[in-house]
Amino acid sequence: MKRKNSVLSFAGVVFCLLLLLLFNKTFDSYKMRIFNLCAIYITLGLSLNLVNGFTGLFSLGHAGFMAVGAYTCALLTLSPANKEMNFFLQPILPFLANTEWPFFPALLVSGLCAAIIGFLIAAPVLRLKDDYLAIATLGFSEIIRVIFTNTQRLTNGALGLKGLPNYTNVWWSWGVAALTIVFMIRLMRGSYGKALKSIREDEIAAEAMGIDVFRHKVISFTISSFFAGIGGALLGHLLGTIDPLMFRFLLTFNILLIVVLGGIGSITGTVIAAIVVTVLMEVLRVLDSSIDFGLFVMKGIPGLRMVIFSALLMAVILFYQRGLMGTNEFSWDSLGKRLRRIKKRGPK
Amino acid sequence: MKMLETNRITKVFGGLVAVSDLTISIQKNEIIGLIGPNGAGKTTAFNMITGIYPPTRGTVTFLDQDITGHKPHFVTRLGIARTFQNIRLFKELSVLENVFVANHLRLKSNIFSSVIRTPGYVRQEKEMYEKTMMLLEKVGLIDVADETATSLPYGKQRRLEIARALATGPSLLLLDEPAAGMNPQESHELMDFIFHVREQFDMTILMIEHHMQVVMGVCERMYVLDYGITIAEGPPEKIQNDPKVIEAYLGVD
Ligand SMILES: Nc1ncnc2c1ncn2[C@@H]1O[C@H](COP(=O)(O)OP(=O)(O)OP(=O)(O)O)[C@@H](O)[C@H]1O
Ligand SMILES: [Mg+2]
Repeated sequence: MKRKNSVLSFAGVVFCLLLLLLFNKTFDSYKMRIFNLCAIYITLGLSLNLVNGFTGLFSLGHAGFMAVGAYTCALLTLSPANKEMNFFLQPILPFLANTEWPFFPALLVSGLCAAIIGFLIAAPVLRLKDDYLAIATLGFSEIIRVIFTNTQRLTNGALGLKGLPNYTNVWWSWGVAALTIVFMIRLMRGSYGKALKSIREDEIAAEAMGIDVFRHKVISFTISSFFAGIGGALLGHLLGTIDPLMFRFLLTFNILLIVVLGGIGSITGTVIAAIVVTVLMEVLRVLDSSIDFGLFVMKGIPGLRMVIFSALLMAVILFYQRGLMGTNEFSWDSLGKRLRRIKKRGPK
Repeated sequence: MKMLETNRITKVFGGLVAVSDLTISIQKNEIIGLIGPNGAGKTTAFNMITGIYPPTRGTVTFLDQDITGHKPHFVTRLGIARTFQNIRLFKELSVLENVFVANHLRLKSNIFSSVIRTPGYVRQEKEMYEKTMMLLEKVGLIDVADETATSLPYGKQRRLEIARALATGPSLLLLDEPAAGMNPQESHELMDFIFHVREQFDMTILMIEHHMQVVMGVCERMYVLDYGITIAEGPPEKIQNDPKVIEAYLGVD
């Protein structure tokens, strides 16, 4: 049985790789961008789910950590000439003026920087709980954004950074997404993952079972920030432009939407929801512009897409209180069971 | 050998003295009761011993080490495990996971070795798993190992909570009203189970209990609290006939 499952998993991985190759060949640049976005949102969704879903901490600070990652990576990879063009109001800080790193080390350092900031913020905010924690993390995320808007010589302030090299391709985005998925699965299967879940279930009992709750929360928060930083960096190098406004609360909200829709505490759910939400966001974009129905033309209402999304979110929360997957995960066994059940019902 | 000693521990909440000058002393392998009417301060005493609240005054000594005011997870690591009056299981986790996670405190690998699954980690995880299965076997919960904790009947949930506490590797076990809500049949089983735990795990037990039959049946000695004050102490026969205890329980003014 176990053997069969690993064969199936292997086949699944090969299938996904082939799909990746196929899409890489056939998609135009617009579709490609959405395809990459799906992967980035998987990484971001999983990292938020680690804190909100698995550890049971209500954090709303994701956009801040993404900003740290995106800016770090951009500043490390932008060419000196490009930096000079960007920083025309005030020159960039001298120690950054001549750095031009390859993508991989820059990406790694972006994650680490975000993790360090996450670690520093964790110490004060993780003493809070529930809504207070949510407000504090949201506050810190905004503080990061405001700092970035005002440190002209470090971040180019409100002007943002343009001309980021387009390093993010299918291999980077989906490679990182795959690594994140594997990381999360293995983490949650192990002893630490179970410890995090026990904290979510009952903090007092977890502490009484000898688990250093505060330390585990800090670890979870720091790892989550790491992946948020990486996701932010990938996003920056996909879009080619970053500015502080990009990292408003709305960005955190989008990721939260993915986590809640997929099921708080389900890796499978987050992966599915990340893809569905990203694709739908683009598909529904037509609602924002005018649509020609032949007989009449419906004037587009900007923002209608978000209304639909919010409605969708409410519907899910009303009908599936725990998201599409709840805390369940995909496994070949459960799929087999389901298929057999459908077969039994059979054609009428 | 002296396991636990509290020296005049006192807890004041605002103006309320919940526990006043409680001094208890427990020897290895004893089963001791802590009884008293509702609101007498029994749970508060447990919370001071396990580090949930630091005592306002007084000291707690465990195996000759002063543990006053230490964090609960540290106290558990030293060897005091507990259950809760209102069951606090990890609801969404399975029976097996509930017990498994109580082994986590003895894990010597960091989080990255657990993700990479280094040989050292894998070996420890295997040991934790085996220990969990053995424990579930001993307490008779092996056949429900994969059920969700909350799907168990009440009596078994209480038993699972005790099993989970035992998994932390304690030398002293604190039970907060283990017979609460049990029918006579279940509480009878519980008494046997408590003796069984002492034999099998070489355990010392301090228990809070309202169910007089259970307390008198298993405890060698007991302390009686009323409004935070220790009003009596001694073996069951002495307690049963103590006029102060009778007065506290019958509420004679
Ligand atoms: N965290 C707290 N803050 C304020 N008062 C508290 C707190 N915990 C307990 N108390 C008060 O201390 C007193 C003792 O409570 P405790 O829970 O220790 O009683 P108990 O003996 O366990 O009672 P029961 O048999 O009902 O469980 C009560 O009056 C209670 O209201
Ligand atoms: Mg109590």
